[in-house]
Amino acid sequence: MVRTTYAATVAATLAAAMRADERVVVFGEDVALGGPYLTTKGLAEAFGTARVVNTPISEAAICGAAIGAAQSGLRPVVEIMFVDFIGLALDQLVNGAAKAHFMSGGQLRVPMVLRTQGGAGQRGGAQHSQSLESWLVHVPGLKVVMPSSAREVAALLPSAIADDSPVVVVESKTLYFRHEDLPDEGVAPEPLGTARVLRQGRDVTIVATSRMVHEALEAARQLAMRGIDAEVIDPRTLVPLDLATIAASVVRTGRLVVAHEAVCHGGVGAEIAAQVQAACFYDLDAPVVRVGAPFTPVPLSPMLEDAYLPGTAEILDAVDAALD
Amino acid sequence: MATGYPTDDGALEAPAPERLVWMYTQMYRIREFEERVKSTFTAHPGVIRGHTHLADGAEGSIVGSIAALAPGDQILTSYRCHGYPIALGTDTKAMMAEIYGRSTGLCGGLGGSMHLFDPARGFLGGSGIVAQHLPHAAGAAWAAQIRGAGQAVVCFFGDGASKQGAFHESLNIASLWKLPVVYVMENNHYQASTRSDQEDANAAAGEPLAVKATAYSMVGITVDGTDPVAVHATVAAALARARAGEGPTLVESLVYRLSAHGNLIAPPGVPLHYPEHEAVAIFGNQAEYEAALRGDPVPRFRHRLVTDGVLDALDADALEATVREEIDEAERFALESPLPAPDSGLAYVYA
Ligand SMILES: Cc1ncc(C[n+]2csc(CCOP(=O)(O)OP(=O)(O)O)c2C)c(N)n1
Ligand SMILES: [Mg+2]
Repeated sequence: MVRTTYAATVAATLAAAMRADERVVVFGEDVALGGPYLTTKGLAEAFGTARVVNTPISEAAICGAAIGAAQSGLRPVVEIMFVDFIGLALDQLVNGAAKAHFMSGGQLRVPMVLRTQGGAGQRGGAQHSQSLESWLVHVPGLKVVMPSSAREVAALLPSAIADDSPVVVVESKTLYFRHEDLPDEGVAPEPLGTARVLRQGRDVTIVATSRMVHEALEAARQLAMRGIDAEVIDPRTLVPLDLATIAASVVRTGRLVVAHEAVCHGGVGAEIAAQVQAACFYDLDAPVVRVGAPFTPVPLSPMLEDAYLPGTAEILDAVDAALD
Repeated sequence: MATGYPTDDGALEAPAPERLVWMYTQMYRIREFEERVKSTFTAHPGVIRGHTHLADGAEGSIVGSIAALAPGDQILTSYRCHGYPIALGTDTKAMMAEIYGRSTGLCGGLGGSMHLFDPARGFLGGSGIVAQHLPHAAGAAWAAQIRGAGQAVVCFFGDGASKQGAFHESLNIASLWKLPVVYVMENNHYQASTRSDQEDANAAAGEPLAVKATAYSMVGITVDGTDPVAVHATVAAALARARAGEGPTLVESLVYRLSAHGNLIAPPGVPLHYPEHEAVAIFGNQAEYEAALRGDPVPRFRHRLVTDGVLDALDADALEATVREEIDEAERFALESPLPAPDSGLAYVYA
């Protein structure tokens, strides 16, 4: 086993991708210095500042240049430092990257990865703490990946880089420095669009994303002490979504809780709930219960932010509601 | 590279006589093609329903620029994008079919007039979002810089686009990284129904828009965009600087669009057409518009070539007749082509 972190695994995985394919280039704000969370640490030293490029604070140009570079033969992996800044790049992503292959009748490809990170819990305030993945999930043409651990980074980031469509990888700042043991032989790439069953159980299915995967596993541990056997599934990629794995679980358990850190309102949980009820209506024994943040901006004050953040307690309440 | 690629390897010498005739031919082809797009609204009501934007008046700028390209160069454009692929040699039948939304279209009917693409000829496409493609051009130029084969990118856009953040972000990066890109701003003095001096601080101050280059420490040049030879010389010189690692240029190409911004947009069933030019319809400036018509670059360039003895008048008539046949054929092909099968709209969401 090798002891590592999520952030270090991002850097190591990028380095491996750059070693394997010289078309892979990395650019973004401060990436040549490692970035604020050290996710690109060491890349400029290893591959030079021609392939690991610091950009001006120009999110539209970062994303737009990635599109042009990808259409011209490179495989750019660009970084938007916080997902909160993605509004400035959204036209490029939504009207550019996501549509070029389609509008050109398949003539153009945009094999780019946009890495960013979200999530609250670090007293970042309303503009540095959001979970905005549902904005991206709504756009045909984009793939959306949310790794919940160093292992998932190692399994999924290479597949994102190898993909010929634009892929957004939303990392978690809360998980960046969590310690984790990875196998000595490394983690083999796994296909986008495959969920992972992290714990098998008979009584209720908990689908959780990113940081909430760990909250769900903790909830399952506590539920087990009460004799409740929860199944925990990490969809890992929100687009494409592995509905088959989720539905197969719900058919067995009859109950579903969907948990994410983003606000419930208009969130990915609503989409998963809708797809599951359409696929498994007669297998459901209770309404699907969603866990997410309240419909407010993320507050700054520690006390308020802790109250805002959904976690194990909210998942336990949701399971109780689903079992009621 | 596709055969017939209109290259002169970025030569800086004045174009040879055959090259001048080639340039006139392309200008005439663009004009005829777009006149046919325009007449489709009345001759075949309902065949085109969305947005089209014509480049009449800018043919000299388009052809002069395209004539300066070398094999392996790439271009990107706004939604006013019919002219460039015509000059690059894209099949006009496939283009007309795309504008008519047919399955035989250049993009299978998924793109349309604003979204033509022909990457095999170096055309990375048109975008319906004003200024969206300017950073794409920087990225493509960055890829060219990394390839190190001396290739360059030319990015075409309107004067209005220079008020977008994407314009400023792109020029800064292009100049900072000395990217091999030429930004050609076709200044037709209007953004739909707004005149430049109403929305551009430089225009309001009576300055050329090329001064915007100064803010990014790059070369900015204003050129008469109705003169294809002048545009060719300017863009060829800019491309030579780009290839030599001397960075980007902002070329302000002064043109006048001879049609309204675009066709009328209306609900299904309401016949569409091209309304009167905004100079007249909105600003009541008949004199400005008539002066622009008198300066129409297509007949003017023909006249110049005939007067200079480069092109015989009868030969000019003959080449124009050949072009009209080509466009007749493009229209016929597009009209006779099938509409796409409904499920073909599900293709190409992901590569
Ligand atoms: C981002 C964006 N805003 C507004 C529009 C609507 N629009 C389409 S063309 C246009 C005018 C653009 O003027 P200019 O850049 O000068 O180009 P021209 O049409 O004159 O060639 C506007 C406002 C758009 N397509 N995209
Ligand atoms: Mg204009």
